[in-house]
Amino acid sequence: SADNKIEAAMSELVPEPRQKPAVPMKPVGINSNLLGYIGIDTIIEQMRKKTMKTGFDFNIMVVGQSGLGKSTLVNTLFKSQVSRKSSGWNREEKIPKTVEIKAIGHVIEEGGVKMKLTVIDTPGFGDQINNENCWEPIEKYINEQYEKFLKEEVNIARKKRIPDTRVHCCLYFISPTGHSLRPLDLEFMKHLSKVVNIIPVIAKADTMTLEEKTEFKQRVRKELEVNGIEFYPQKEFDEDLEDKTENDKIRQESMPFAVVGSDKEYQVNGKRILGRKTPWGVIEVENLSHCEFALLRDFVIRTHLQDLKEVTHNIHYETYRAKRLNDNGGLPPVTTETEENHESNL
Amino acid sequence: MRAGGGWLPYGFSQGWERTHGWLWLLLLGFFGPRRRSDSPAGVMDSIIIQARLVERLLSPRTQAQRSHPLKLKDHEKQYVGFATLPNQVHRKSVKKGFDFTLMVAGESGLGKSTLVNSLFLTDLYKDRKLLNAEERISQTVEILKHTVDIEEKGVKLKLTIVDTPGFGDAVNNTECWKPITDYIDQQFEQYFRDESGLNRKNIQDNRVHCCLYFISPFGHGLRPVDVEFMKALHEKVNIVPLIAKADCLIPSEIRKLKERIREEIDKFGIKVYQFPDCDSDEDEEFKQQDRELKESAPFAVIGSNTVVEAKGQRVRGRLYPWGIVEVENQAHCDFVKLRNMLIRTHMHDLKDVTCDVHYENYRAQCIQQMTSKLTQDNRIESPIPILPLPTPDAETEKLIKMKDEELRRMQEMLQKMQQQMQDQ
Repeated sequence: SADNKIEAAMSELVPEPRQKPAVPMKPVGINSNLLGYIGIDTIIEQMRKKTMKTGFDFNIMVVGQSGLGKSTLVNTLFKSQVSRKSSGWNREEKIPKTVEIKAIGHVIEEGGVKMKLTVIDTPGFGDQINNENCWEPIEKYINEQYEKFLKEEVNIARKKRIPDTRVHCCLYFISPTGHSLRPLDLEFMKHLSKVVNIIPVIAKADTMTLEEKTEFKQRVRKELEVNGIEFYPQKEFDEDLEDKTENDKIRQESMPFAVVGSDKEYQVNGKRILGRKTPWGVIEVENLSHCEFALLRDFVIRTHLQDLKEVTHNIHYETYRAKRLNDNGGLPPVTTETEENHESNL
Repeated sequence: MRAGGGWLPYGFSQGWERTHGWLWLLLLGFFGPRRRSDSPAGVMDSIIIQARLVERLLSPRTQAQRSHPLKLKDHEKQYVGFATLPNQVHRKSVKKGFDFTLMVAGESGLGKSTLVNSLFLTDLYKDRKLLNAEERISQTVEILKHTVDIEEKGVKLKLTIVDTPGFGDAVNNTECWKPITDYIDQQFEQYFRDESGLNRKNIQDNRVHCCLYFISPFGHGLRPVDVEFMKALHEKVNIVPLIAKADCLIPSEIRKLKERIREEIDKFGIKVYQFPDCDSDEDEEFKQQDRELKESAPFAVIGSNTVVEAKGQRVRGRLYPWGIVEVENQAHCDFVKLRNMLIRTHMHDLKDVTCDVHYENYRAQCIQQMTSKLTQDNRIESPIPILPLPTPDAETEKLIKMKDEELRRMQEMLQKMQQQMQDQ
């Protein structure tokens, strides 16, 4: 069943161009002792068809000081101009006085699958002289999205498909100082790792040599561990041994991913690749020996996208919901529509 | 008339004087009280002239010589000899040695220590312990001084690097530049006191001559903390802004960032150190270099503690999977420009501006404050507000009084002695 789960996740994203029979055929040579073929395995195909029709939502938040390449990285991840900067936003790039939350939605399509992608930017984070509590607007926004979803859920006449604006993934950009995390980084991650999936990312990694990168990553990992910060994928949510080994490897070796983003293409060895052209060489964004962008992309999009959504729904949202219900004395939050019906249909 | 030094042999007395009075006048003109014969060059010259005159006087004179008065060559007449002063100054300075105090400021992790090591080819930070994030939460800005004596071709330089760890690192960085402005003011105050004090021969000059401010290359220009820092310090010290870790930027990004920073510096009225204009009589190459220097500000620098092999040569640089960055390659970064400016061409000017502008401003401010305070308190009687020392503590006051007494007594004694001599 683990296999099926992974397959389902993968097929939701990038349906492989395999020759699929229109009608399920008898599995030849396998289990020929079966009395007959039932066809349970076609459920995957059905799910795939449905998902392709309805499409799905994905909400990704980017947090970090201005100038760390957040918008460029998001554009590079989704290979389209989806960030706040590219949407005709104010290109003046003035640092706002307080942390603002700006959400931009796009629909991107690939292989017949539609994704409603929302990128939530947080300009002004960490840029002021006094950055105390600058994570509060962000925490508030995340909780507001949970609240919205909760309200929809407790509605009697609720929508068939509740619009999901909850933040599935938060990329936190660490400045590549080469020394260690900054106090602000620790504060942010401590407060928000319990509320949302945080994926720490080392920004503008082309400023570090290989040794510096390895040392820095080790130090950051140790600091996160010492401070009890559980970033995604969280150890406590590993479902089985297979997950655990896979995630352990990522947690202890690859993360935090040291990335470089670029939306410009250059010609290298006859191929057109995304990169940065410096006087001493071309940095190839998707070359694993140059930076770990490809690892981040595969991780977030190709392998763990569905898992990110599930953890958000099953764990973070449930935590919020439980807290809200407890505060309310076990009753759902009251709204004008459900006033006469207190029955918990949850 | 007897004149001169009586060096002529006795036989040559009145007859000579009458017939050769012009000679005496000539001699007077040269050896009279007007001539400074105590300078070494002067003494030499006068001896030479004396010797030559003696020759001519003693040798049998011909008719021709009688009718043409003795004329000395022009250059011997005009050459005083102070053109050797610069050489003397140079020799004395080389013996004494120079000192230079450089401050580095900026967020941690911008490569300040690496750059300082690269600039002066030393390793000043061998035993440094870097704090982790948790330790830094409660840390305040410190001031650390490292002094190193460097010698090159017989010239000694006492270099002091003032480091500012903790600047801009906390979550709340309000007034994080205060320890730094306090430090600079303290150095000015100490110099002020020393200058007005009694022992001025060995004043230690700890004033900060230059502050390298490191701007993060990851931003889109100046951050609020950068602006506030520079505004707090631009009237106290020469600020040279630098773009740190410039190897993470491609050339077009560097250009844009430099323009942006220059604009913002103008917009906020920050007075960074201005390179002085070169004289109009300098050669074209120098002028061209000067122009390039001014156009590249703020410098985009890269530092490195390691030596790598590039194109068969060993250079200071950084080895990346996609190429090698050479610190001293002008096409890669402005490190060479910074080094030339700081050490090879403008070190003295930085010191001059510190002494003539920043220190004088501080001194004027100080005196004004003191006098305004005193006039408020109504403590001075004289209308001329002169107070050389800020309120010194009781002990130094006593010492000063004692020394004043001594001086007075000695002056009295001197006067008495002079009187006695005159009476004699």
